[in-house]
Amino acid sequence: MALAGQRDAPEPPDFGILKRLAQDQLVYLLEQLPGRKDLFIEADLMSPLDRIANVSILKQHDVDKLYKVETRPGPGASDQFCFLVRPRVRTMRFIADIVNADKMSGRSRKYKIIFSPQKFYACEMVLEEEGVFGDVTCDEWSFYLLPLDEDIISMELPEFFRDYFLEGDHRWINPIARALQLLSSLYGPFGRTYGIGRCAKMSYELWRDLEEESESEGQGRKPEIGHVFLMDRDTDYVTALCSQVVYEGLVDDTFRIKCGSVDFGPDVTSSDKSIKVLLNSQDKVFSQIRNEHFSRVFGFLSQKSRNLQAQYDRRRGMDIKQMKDFVSQELKGLKQEHRLLSLHIGACESIMKKKTKQDFQETIKAEHSLLEGFDVRESTSFIEEHIDRQVSPVESLRLMCLLSITENGLIPKDYRSLKTQYLQSYGPEHLLTFHNLKRMGLLTEQSAGETLTAVESKVSKLVTDRAAGKITDAFNSLARKSNFRAISKKLGLIPRLDGEYDLKTPRDMAYVFGGAYVPLSCKIIEQVLERRGWQGLEEVVRLLNGNEFCVSGTGGPGRRGRQPARPTALCVPLQTALRGTARPASPSVLSSPSSWAAAPSRRSRRCASWGRREVGRPGEGGERAGATQLEARRALRSALCPASGAHGPAVPVPPAALPGHRRAHPAGYKFIFLTTAITNSARMMEAAIEAKA
Amino acid sequence: MSRVRADEEEYWHSSKFRAFTFDDEDDELSQLKESKRAVNSLRDIVDDDDDDLERVSWSGEPVGSISWSIKETASGSTGSLDGRDSSLQKGSSSYAALPKQASSYSLSSLFKGRSKLSSFQSLSDALTDTGVKNYAPELRRPKAEYKDYSSDWSPKDTVRRMQRGKVCSLERFRSLQDKLVLLDEAVAGHDGNVITAVLIFLKRTLRREILFRELEVRQVALCHLIYFLRETGEQKFLLDLLRFLDRTEEVALSQYREHLNIQDVEKRREFLKGCIGLPFSAEDTSHIQDHYTLLERQIIIEANDRHLEMAGQSELFRKYPRKASILNMPLVTTLFYSCFYHYTEAEGMFSSPTNLKKTFKIPDKQYVLTALAARAKLRAWGDVDALLTTKNWLGYTKKKAPIGFHRVVEILQRNNAPVQVLQEYVRLVEDVETRLNLATKYKCHDVVIETYRDLKDRIQLTAYKCKVERGSAEEEKIHSILSNTQIRWKN
Repeated sequence: MALAGQRDAPEPPDFGILKRLAQDQLVYLLEQLPGRKDLFIEADLMSPLDRIANVSILKQHDVDKLYKVETRPGPGASDQFCFLVRPRVRTMRFIADIVNADKMSGRSRKYKIIFSPQKFYACEMVLEEEGVFGDVTCDEWSFYLLPLDEDIISMELPEFFRDYFLEGDHRWINPIARALQLLSSLYGPFGRTYGIGRCAKMSYELWRDLEEESESEGQGRKPEIGHVFLMDRDTDYVTALCSQVVYEGLVDDTFRIKCGSVDFGPDVTSSDKSIKVLLNSQDKVFSQIRNEHFSRVFGFLSQKSRNLQAQYDRRRGMDIKQMKDFVSQELKGLKQEHRLLSLHIGACESIMKKKTKQDFQETIKAEHSLLEGFDVRESTSFIEEHIDRQVSPVESLRLMCLLSITENGLIPKDYRSLKTQYLQSYGPEHLLTFHNLKRMGLLTEQSAGETLTAVESKVSKLVTDRAAGKITDAFNSLARKSNFRAISKKLGLIPRLDGEYDLKTPRDMAYVFGGAYVPLSCKIIEQVLERRGWQGLEEVVRLLNGNEFCVSGTGGPGRRGRQPARPTALCVPLQTALRGTARPASPSVLSSPSSWAAAPSRRSRRCASWGRREVGRPGEGGERAGATQLEARRALRSALCPASGAHGPAVPVPPAALPGHRRAHPAGYKFIFLTTAITNSARMMEAAIEAKA
Repeated sequence: MSRVRADEEEYWHSSKFRAFTFDDEDDELSQLKESKRAVNSLRDIVDDDDDDLERVSWSGEPVGSISWSIKETASGSTGSLDGRDSSLQKGSSSYAALPKQASSYSLSSLFKGRSKLSSFQSLSDALTDTGVKNYAPELRRPKAEYKDYSSDWSPKDTVRRMQRGKVCSLERFRSLQDKLVLLDEAVAGHDGNVITAVLIFLKRTLRREILFRELEVRQVALCHLIYFLRETGEQKFLLDLLRFLDRTEEVALSQYREHLNIQDVEKRREFLKGCIGLPFSAEDTSHIQDHYTLLERQIIIEANDRHLEMAGQSELFRKYPRKASILNMPLVTTLFYSCFYHYTEAEGMFSSPTNLKKTFKIPDKQYVLTALAARAKLRAWGDVDALLTTKNWLGYTKKKAPIGFHRVVEILQRNNAPVQVLQEYVRLVEDVETRLNLATKYKCHDVVIETYRDLKDRIQLTAYKCKVERGSAEEEKIHSILSNTQIRWKN
């Protein structure tokens, strides 16, 4: 829908291939254990698996019973067990327990573990330690990419966020690099690669290594994706932290979109059942409202209902023949539309109810003040009251983080008092949560950093220059400052308003936040694509802590592209925040197409900006932030219409659908997002909350 | 060690590996067919030994090689592993061409190569304009791998191979220098999985202090080790490491975190008691102290109240049975609970709200908010009134709400307070506009009327007439105000 009439935007590549690939490989792996077997599936692989295969496919390949990992097999279990899992230590122990229990009771079985997307050495080590190595066989299901919609591909790795940004672990970089490699082998070679963030850069480097040695022969293939933009989530936390006001975002915040589908409960379906609905561009109602500001959705839905009614009404006065045609040709479509309409109307009601209860207006007002930097005291007391009233542990945290990032940390007095009240309202164990948020740089104290500096200088004395450089680097990532205010000013992220912001014909990407704020990540992508590099953005880059790059002709040797790059851009936000990232925005702005055409893909010529590493000042205080890169990965590939950029995590900002937008940038790019996972503020906060083990 | 070395050599040179390397020959297919036939003919023999079959029929990534790498990392561990190895070798040498065949035989039309990339192959059927090679570049590369088996890879190559999921012996990195170069290469390679694998090897082959010392200047690797230790639950090792690094706060937090795993409340309380002495910051120490005290109180309150409830003597508990136990709840929830069930108790009682307020230094605002919610829930309007009333030194009373009267109204309204009660507080809302909104919304007619009167807004007041019932006292009131000639209307 969104694309119709958009002459300049290319059709997005067919990502259905990715699903077929994944399915074929899975079937192949299952056949490696011939005969009847029971399949144990990791809980968080179930939804993705549903999008790839179904039970009958599994049955065709001799899968007998299905279990969720963590469930013990019953007495009637098969002689062969197959485990489809993420590479996690916990899961290995579970499997080892089963194997060892069988051994003890003298039961003999065959066991096969299929890791997705990769196997980790640590997992094998656990299997060995538990004494079951050799009793099980291992395989890898290289299921890196799940297309969730025509322009969103997800790696479905929400743990990337915590693993990288909190723990500082690089385990997912290889999968990211492989995902990019896969994508480029299918739809590349890419013309130019841009990126910003530490993780983005590392991912890019590993990907380049993989490409270089793969000697693939890409010549003559028509590239379907022109540009790639990798970005770390921590480049832009703010976007992910703001309340979403676009329909898709609200649906996600309210009901949680999981793997592209949502469960609408009884309050939405107005029956006693829950209904699972796939939300994508195929849903004719959803595709038209997903990117709209919530306030515009009602009008649209009621218009739509009236049209529907009129169409039904036509059958009055029909003769038998006409009636027959009507029933056979139109009725089904109308019924379908009717069903969708009533679901979305129900969802709207439910969202309204919930938001009214939570003082949504007031919350938004406080958020806007934070973004603009006005009335910070007042916002702080709003947050305090929010905590005192126990409104929601996740929401309170989110607001505190937003305060911290926009203000470059809380002043110590506020930090202490908010923390104390938070612990009193939501539980003392959140002491750990605060510690985590501090490490991630999401919730910091303004004076923080002194301790780090001390450690660093102590450490530096011990080591050689080369190592010292590395340390500085590491500390740098630990001690990130958000510099939001300065960046916002530099890039004009807070639109100046005279009068009401016109949501009907939005003039910029800020409409995804009701006109209050242009998503930083999207703005960066816009700027970089416009300039075809980072030139002129030096100050912004510095404020973002560097690690930017720009490389043309990423195809590696032998991949010299002949054609001009397509106007498709692949945005790869690393991490997490896909949803926001994903749809939204960013791109909105790409303007001249001609510049695209002029961009020849040259083989790894690096832009001047590449390699210019910002040396971090030691001791900046924070903790680590950085890894968002994955998000960036969602590359926008095809030239899309300006419409959809990805926002970070925050939800889906779907501007893409706005005709106004598109008209403004007729030659726009089509954006495709590739993300580690789609995120929103709640998911981000939950990642930091210490779970009961 | 030398024995391991010999095994290694033998292993690497066993036919198995060759089987995995797909040579560049063009007649790959015919070869495959041939090997398939060969293997099928072997099946009968092989089948007796199903263990081996399973191990070898793995889909492409050398199973043997994985076990190899693990064996490597696991040092020259002997015993069962060795036994297994020999059986593996026996297996592999007995049917050399199996791997090729293995993949060709189940889904031969789709896959001919290594499993990693084999799926790409099916794609080539779908995409006619592109050759197989695009999607399965690795099919063509194994030649290079041949030499790899000769084992002497540089640290860099070792890391590269491991990044590709291939097998590599780490055992030959024996000098500290070599180990560190290897680690640095792993870090430079950006693959956390490999970094962790190298760390597992270092952890096994280096004395703690030396490992710690080296990691202190290698922050990225350090993060990986810490996370690995946490994942595998090696708490003691982790604490040693953190202590060595002087990260005392993290030591404390790591220990404190363990309380989450303790289900039994008594044990949990004991554990928390022990946490008080941990090296937290001063601020956090008081939070931990509070946590302990809170749980201690909750245990006492819980025991008491459960008893009360069971006995059925207390009307309050009969009328409003407890929905859940108070154990492990946050302080504010506990306060609410105590305002609900124990509001009138003397301060000396652990369960009394005032005692909680004092012990935990709960701010006034928080206290009022919570008490208000609890009393309103019980519809104890008198308590609400008392809570918001202050006396000055002359004995005059005055209503005061540290949280703002609009919040008070909201809480009361949510608990279905009658209009008479609500009205009294709506009237106290300071901001005129908010007051009007609230009054209109909750039908506090008197307040609306009086406010319009005070605003001297005749038009609004006249318009409001249609909102009140005909012939009601409110209507009467509007009339009398409108006819009052003393008022100088602004419109």
